[in-house]
Amino acid sequence: MSERTSLLQIGGAVHNRDKIRMTLTVNGEDSEILADGTATLLEVLREELGLPGTKHGCELGECGACTVLLDGEPALSCLLLARQCEGLDITTIEGISHGNELHPLQDAFADLGGSQCGYCTPGFILSSAALLERKPDPSRAEITEALSGNLCRCTGYNQIFESVEEAARKIREENS
Amino acid sequence: MLRLPRFRYMAPTQISEAARILASEGADAMLLAGGTDLFPNMKRRQQTPATVVALRDVERMREIGSGHCLTIGAGITLTEIVQSDLIRSRHAGLWQAAAQVASPQLRNMATVGGNLCLDTRCNYYDQTLEWRKAIDFCMKKDGEVCWVAPGSPKCLAVSSTDTAPALVSLRAKVKLTAADGDRMIRLEDLYANDGIHYLTKDHGEILTLVELDQVDDWKSTYWKLRRRGSIDFPVLGVAASAKFADDGTVENCRVVLGAVSSAPIRALKADAALIGNRLSDDVIAQAAEAGSKVAKPMDNTDFTLHWRKKVAARFVTYALRELRGDDMREMRSRVARHDLEAVGV
Ligand SMILES: Cc1cc2nc3c(=O)[nH]c(=O)nc-3n(C[C@H](O)[C@H](O)[C@H](O)COP(=O)(O)OP(=O)(O)OC[C@H]3O[C@@H](n4cnc5c(N)ncnc54)[C@H](O)[C@@H]3O)c2cc1C
Ligand code: SF4
Ligand code: FES
Ligand code: FES
Repeated sequence: MSERTSLLQIGGAVHNRDKIRMTLTVNGEDSEILADGTATLLEVLREELGLPGTKHGCELGECGACTVLLDGEPALSCLLLARQCEGLDITTIEGISHGNELHPLQDAFADLGGSQCGYCTPGFILSSAALLERKPDPSRAEITEALSGNLCRCTGYNQIFESVEEAARKIREENS
Repeated sequence: MLRLPRFRYMAPTQISEAARILASEGADAMLLAGGTDLFPNMKRRQQTPATVVALRDVERMREIGSGHCLTIGAGITLTEIVQSDLIRSRHAGLWQAAAQVASPQLRNMATVGGNLCLDTRCNYYDQTLEWRKAIDFCMKKDGEVCWVAPGSPKCLAVSSTDTAPALVSLRAKVKLTAADGDRMIRLEDLYANDGIHYLTKDHGEILTLVELDQVDDWKSTYWKLRRRGSIDFPVLGVAASAKFADDGTVENCRVVLGAVSSAPIRALKADAALIGNRLSDDVIAQAAEAGSKVAKPMDNTDFTLHWRKKVAARFVTYALRELRGDDMREMRSRVARHDLEAVGV
């Protein structure tokens, strides 16, 4: 907090925190909340809605840890205002499983070492889920491309790509 | 955590309303499109507008039209550009540039208008407030001196947009709309070679539209240098387009270099070396030599200066060979570390 105070002082004008009322549709559920009008979606998800699955990494658009789906497409919650997301379908990692049953991507990441420390995993799973929705049988190049906005410091990526291929196989099997 | 500073948020639904707000708020207001440039800058306190005017609710800026000209609303996202078959087939240089901007998530959010108005970049500027304060602020924000060239009277921050060189090469025009009317200008005239005042437009003007001639007889291409195959800004961008006669003679062309100056720079001497000639290896070599001369990189981005200067001629060569019809796919995936065919799938 002290850092923030000093930033505001150096920045000149100190504004009052204006709370505004907004309705966000997160994982299929509408929540009406009172939040800072300049809060990012990442801040609101974690701090107001109690959904800490979406991670904060760089907070500058460089790492993909904060990836969520907006109307099914991957976007970075650290660079969006929460208020800009009203009326959109927001999917976070908390909304990807069906009840207690994990999403095939979650199973595959766990089984094949696609997740080690796990910090990057929610972002990777959401980017992957969006890809498989568009393209049930992606090539390795398409997987690499779709995940190229997500950084991982642990796995070396190969296990992640293999996990996505395995999950894609499972989902195709289930649907056939 | 890096939080945004306080600001007033306004989200008009009409261009005219947005222009009116800008006119009345003056320099204290900034436009917000996708926010992928503005918000990181605000978090680092490089830009601290009191009012943010969001353009996302302006429907008119979100249309692509293809009649006599191809018109692209400034609010069209880079993903939408990548998904346009028309742009891919007719304006390959723009497609290749858009496909190599940032990362998939950022392209989903980023707009073409924001890309064309992207703030210039520098290793001494794109840092947190504490970092910049620690070495003392530079001329671009809150300070007096340029840390890259302390004797320089002007800021040398780098134009780092990928689509601008591609669109200048494609002879794009842009529409600027203000509270008191609008005007069309050539995109190249939007830029000034000055890291602080890098756009020539008035603060109150909104870039609302990009217009391209529908020309089937031009070919175009864009080559980008960056460290990783994704996320990173360009350290060099080479855009080239050309119109060929039936016998392969270059009738007209435009070579443009990005990320080596505070504006996209046309390589007029390269154009002169090409026009009237067929693209033989010799002609390409001459044009590449002439073209690389306009690259005046400073030591304020990634990679070493010496190598960046040297590689410019090579990139012009790749671009011209691709226009000639050489199969450059292998070279491109080596340079891009990326399979461009997989983008936008
Ligand atoms: C990690 C990272 C990597 C990136 N890599 C690249 C890259 O490789 N290549 C690249 O080109 N860019 C890159 N970017 C920058 C940015 O994502 C893109 O340039 C993007 O297209 C900017 O568009 P936007 O809509 O998000 O702009 P915004 O951030 O909303 O706006 C950018 C600037 O333009 C002004 N502006 C926006 N719209 C208009 C308008 N219609 N009229 C007048 N002014 C306007 C804003 O006031 C602001 O100053 C990167 C960004 C990040 C965070
Ligand atoms: S080029 Fe100089 S003045 Fe401009 S941002 Fe860099 S250090 Fe600052
Ligand atoms: S936290 Fe959003 S991209 Fe890193
Ligand atoms: S598993 Fe640790 S960062 Fe990816």
